[in-house]
Amino acid sequence: MMVMAQGRTVPKRVAAVALACVAAVAALVGCSPEPSTPTTGVSGTITVFAAASLTDVFEDVAEDFEAAHPGARLEFNFAGSSALATQINEGAPADVFASASPATMRTVADAGNTDGAPVVFVRNQLVIAVEAGNPLGITGLEDLTKPGVTVALCAEQVPCGAAATTAIAASGLTITPVSYEENVRAALAKVSLGEVDAALVYRTDAAIDDTVEAVEFPESAEAINDYLIAVLTDAPNKAGAEAFVAWVLSADGAAVLTRYGFQLP
Amino acid sequence: MVTDTSSGPSAPDQPTSTVDRRRSARRLARRRVPAPLAVPAVVALAFLVLPLVGLVVRAPWPTLPQRLTEPEVLAALRLSLVAATFATGVCLVLGVPLAWLLARVDFPGRRLVRALVTVPLVLPPVVGGLALLLLLGRRGVIGQWLDRWFDVTIPFTTTAVVIAEAFVAMPFLVIAVEGALRGVDDRYEEAAATLGASRWTTFRRVTLPLVAPGIAAGSVLCWARALGEFGATITFAGNFPGRTQTMPLSVYLLLETDPPAAIVLSLVLLAVSVAILVALREKWIGSPA
Repeated sequence: MMVMAQGRTVPKRVAAVALACVAAVAALVGCSPEPSTPTTGVSGTITVFAAASLTDVFEDVAEDFEAAHPGARLEFNFAGSSALATQINEGAPADVFASASPATMRTVADAGNTDGAPVVFVRNQLVIAVEAGNPLGITGLEDLTKPGVTVALCAEQVPCGAAATTAIAASGLTITPVSYEENVRAALAKVSLGEVDAALVYRTDAAIDDTVEAVEFPESAEAINDYLIAVLTDAPNKAGAEAFVAWVLSADGAAVLTRYGFQLP
Repeated sequence: MVTDTSSGPSAPDQPTSTVDRRRSARRLARRRVPAPLAVPAVVALAFLVLPLVGLVVRAPWPTLPQRLTEPEVLAALRLSLVAATFATGVCLVLGVPLAWLLARVDFPGRRLVRALVTVPLVLPPVVGGLALLLLLGRRGVIGQWLDRWFDVTIPFTTTAVVIAEAFVAMPFLVIAVEGALRGVDDRYEEAAATLGASRWTTFRRVTLPLVAPGIAAGSVLCWARALGEFGATITFAGNFPGRTQTMPLSVYLLLETDPPAAIVLSLVLLAVSVAILVALREKWIGSPA
């Protein structure tokens, strides 16, 4: 899981070989492999830089989007929002940025790299992820301060870590983790591998992993995360970028997002 | 190539000038570099050095002294140096005997063992870290017994950092030392044996001194690799300031919020590695002119 969160790009050579095969077949049969009249005008590769916590839901959204826009293909780079923001500000060729926090989106917007104002498209809330069956009987943040209970938090530099800090501050407790993980999926993985007893992750992350269970806690209301999405100024495929953002904000997109446990704004 | 056919050892009347002429001819020939080699060589050098130039150019020089003395930076630097040194120690104690075994003992499956030793070289470090977690983690194949019997958990400790670094760095040492062992004239060892020395004594008194330069070179490589280790460390040891947060981890996390600070840390890492590599090279290996 940690490995997957690093990014998902199809190896170029595989793509090239696939293309060559398609071309060869097309030449032999004498017909085009794709419908030659795209109905929407959206085509080509759309590169989306998205927060690690959007990994599963965006892959699902992508399937629907690609089905509705033949000729368009989504390529994702999933990582911690802040790392993505840095990559974009250093000139990475991306079309869309979906961030897990307003602060990271602001660093991109302030650098003049968003085309129009970023839009809040979902909200997310922290939960305590524990091993399935909750063997330690953890019911709230206070249980995480008990001796012998090992906790992983996200590093404060990434949105889930900032949210965790806010929520813990609201509780007035002091929680000393064994590790500050570099993104939310890494923290979740430590729970699902059994290396820690608990981690503060987003509700949606806990929901996709069968080996963990989510424990809700009231202080998480103090740290609700807004997710923002924006088309980027230097988007190589602007038409595609606008179409994808519109799709995410549409009823079709919302249906998938809520299915994964995201709240609509 | 310019060759002098008119003279040689058979022309004793003008020995000095002939030798001089041949030497300068050879020197000239050595300076002449064919373009198909020169161009890619320069490109390669630029490719390796220019990114570091970028780091130096964009460093926030005015605030550098103040940033360098921040306690977190010093903690990360200290931890990096200590962990890399311990990891190199582990590699020496275990890796030199392994190299000897591979170079000097005929046993079935030796080629397979040699291939296995190099696996960490090609394995993505994150995968190495995950593998270590699955072996030594709290639920790991061995780790669960450590936890149950001795109440010892390795992940998220400095020990885990040392283990992760040793895992990725040991192949460098083993390969270097094995190469050195193969390059050594084994007649010295045979002579020691005929004089009645046991194999252990021969190893200590004859083999080790002979391959010392190879061991030194291997240790330097091993140490440098350990110092820069990131993937296996963050996966297996996690990230906790002062305990498992080494310099590369700090750089990675700072890059997300404070890129100038990340550049400063990178510079420190670069300066420390270059300084130590140069110092060690001159002291132990001698610079190849």
